[in-house]
Amino acid sequence: MAGHTQGSGRPNQWLRNLNAKIASVPMILTAVVIFLGGTIWTVVYSFTNSKLLPRLSFVGLDQYERLWDAPRWLVSVQNLAIYGIFSLIFSLVIGFVLAALMDQKIRFENTFRTIMLYPFALSFIVTGLVWQWMLNPEFGIQSVVRSLGWETFTFDPLYNADIVIYGILIAALWQGTGLVMCLMLAGLRGIDEDIWKAARVDGIPMWKTYIFVVIPMMRGVFITTLVIIASGIVKVYDLVVAQTSGGPGIASEVPAKYVYDYMFQAQNLGQGFAASTMMLITVAIIIVPWAYLEFGGGRKRV
Amino acid sequence: MSDIVAFNSVADEAAPQAQTDRVIAGPRGRKPRRALSGRNIMIYGTLVVVALYYLLPLYVMVITSLKGMPEIRLGNIFAPPVEITFEPWVKAWASACTGLNCDGLSRGFWNSVRITVPSTLVSIAIASVNGYALANWRFKGAELFFTILIVGAFIPYQVMIYPIVIVLREMGVYGTLTGLILVHTIFGMPILTLLFRNYFAGLPEELFKAARVDGAGFWTIYFKIMLPMSLPIFVVAMILQVTGIWNDFLFGVVFTRPEYYPMTVQLNNIVNSVQGVKEYNVNMAATILTGAVPLFVYFVSGRLFVRGIAAGAVKG
Repeated sequence: MAGHTQGSGRPNQWLRNLNAKIASVPMILTAVVIFLGGTIWTVVYSFTNSKLLPRLSFVGLDQYERLWDAPRWLVSVQNLAIYGIFSLIFSLVIGFVLAALMDQKIRFENTFRTIMLYPFALSFIVTGLVWQWMLNPEFGIQSVVRSLGWETFTFDPLYNADIVIYGILIAALWQGTGLVMCLMLAGLRGIDEDIWKAARVDGIPMWKTYIFVVIPMMRGVFITTLVIIASGIVKVYDLVVAQTSGGPGIASEVPAKYVYDYMFQAQNLGQGFAASTMMLITVAIIIVPWAYLEFGGGRKRV
Repeated sequence: MSDIVAFNSVADEAAPQAQTDRVIAGPRGRKPRRALSGRNIMIYGTLVVVALYYLLPLYVMVITSLKGMPEIRLGNIFAPPVEITFEPWVKAWASACTGLNCDGLSRGFWNSVRITVPSTLVSIAIASVNGYALANWRFKGAELFFTILIVGAFIPYQVMIYPIVIVLREMGVYGTLTGLILVHTIFGMPILTLLFRNYFAGLPEELFKAARVDGAGFWTIYFKIMLPMSLPIFVVAMILQVTGIWNDFLFGVVFTRPEYYPMTVQLNNIVNSVQGVKEYNVNMAATILTGAVPLFVYFVSGRLFVRGIAAGAVKG
């Protein structure tokens, strides 16, 4: 099959390397039908007024106008922005500091890493439910601190509409920082030992070496981590469902939940499609510049 | 690596003669480390505090599940149980209610097993052959499809869910375990194909060429040469898939009927159900039971898990 003489106009062009082509059929179907086709389908139908069933009756940008008028969508977007900015900052900073601590040739490194990473193995549902319990005002952290004497101590993020998104953030950071730490640690291990020696010879304090030498050198790791965290942020769904179901009221709604609820519960498909298209645009804004930077210049390996 | 830095800060605080001592001492070897230097206390202190913070929810989960409800109402959540009871575990497993069904999490557990095992096997089988074709049997256009596949991994699932519902409905498998297995196979494809492609591409090419010269074909090389040489990467893929599929919630909720709900969905329904008195001990027992499988995989696999997520990190 393969290994025929090279050149154009072979009669059996399509049969060449046939087994490999057959083996690639699932990949091709997934890529073209589901990923490409499905995405185009959703975007196209976001311009229709589909309700219970998808229908091709175009209404222009109606769904988008309705979307951006909906208080619930605005709350969702605002929540995602707060949640996104804080989880980016905190997980990068905490992850890097922990990785720097772990990189000090410490003992029990494996034990510490195992402990910090185990939440990542858990489901968001499990994480959400544990933190729902920990943050329960009647029995959780608030009640424990009150019983210690601070009678007026208040810490009930999940029941306070103003700060509920931070309650979700706490759980998300607990689950995700271990991964960031691991990625950062791998990055730090990739730094040449000579850099450290040179910095030491020059008498540069360690924190300066980290900030001005090591971090710029780890640019690639930071960008990759950023993309990973960011595309995870846009998808946040399970955690909110488990921890608050979007409540109190609509205070902790997020876009992914909006999409699900409109598609499968409110039976307003058009809204769901428009909202998911907005999610797609958000991800594209994150991914496209990164992909351009990473693979744009010379074609490197994916 | 920071001996000098540590030394400097000590010297700054010490008397000036310490400075001269250092100069006189001249070049010296590695400074012996004191176990209890301020720096070490700070590093280990921070790490221990952080570790305790990470362990706290697990601890709270376990002790809450071992208490009776009266004790939970009276005591604080961090106090160890006075009277250990396993009743919440039994109830969570066998008789907790979701809606009208009161047969506990066991149903969700077995559903999850029936979803996870075939999904893992099918997705790995397909993706490994696929990665092998991409690495060793390149054909025109393969890279293009592969690029679409990898880019597609970043598209939010919400964008593709509904078209998939339609496809599954047309195929007559919407709502069934088969449909869900198919969905897991589809969404596992990008990361697994990447994993296998990179692994196979890293194997020495001479091996492949020698087999070709000896007349071995596509499948012979795959089964006789590639497969036996790549057991570690298969284990990594398995860890990735088992934990990923077990922990899935969205696909379970969208693509299956209630009687096939995986454990995560059932757990959420049990804990967040609005009717009835909240039994926190049962809820926590159910939560641990659901987390037990991926935790077991995690603790047993150790470094391989890290390798898996490092590979999975590309997917995001």
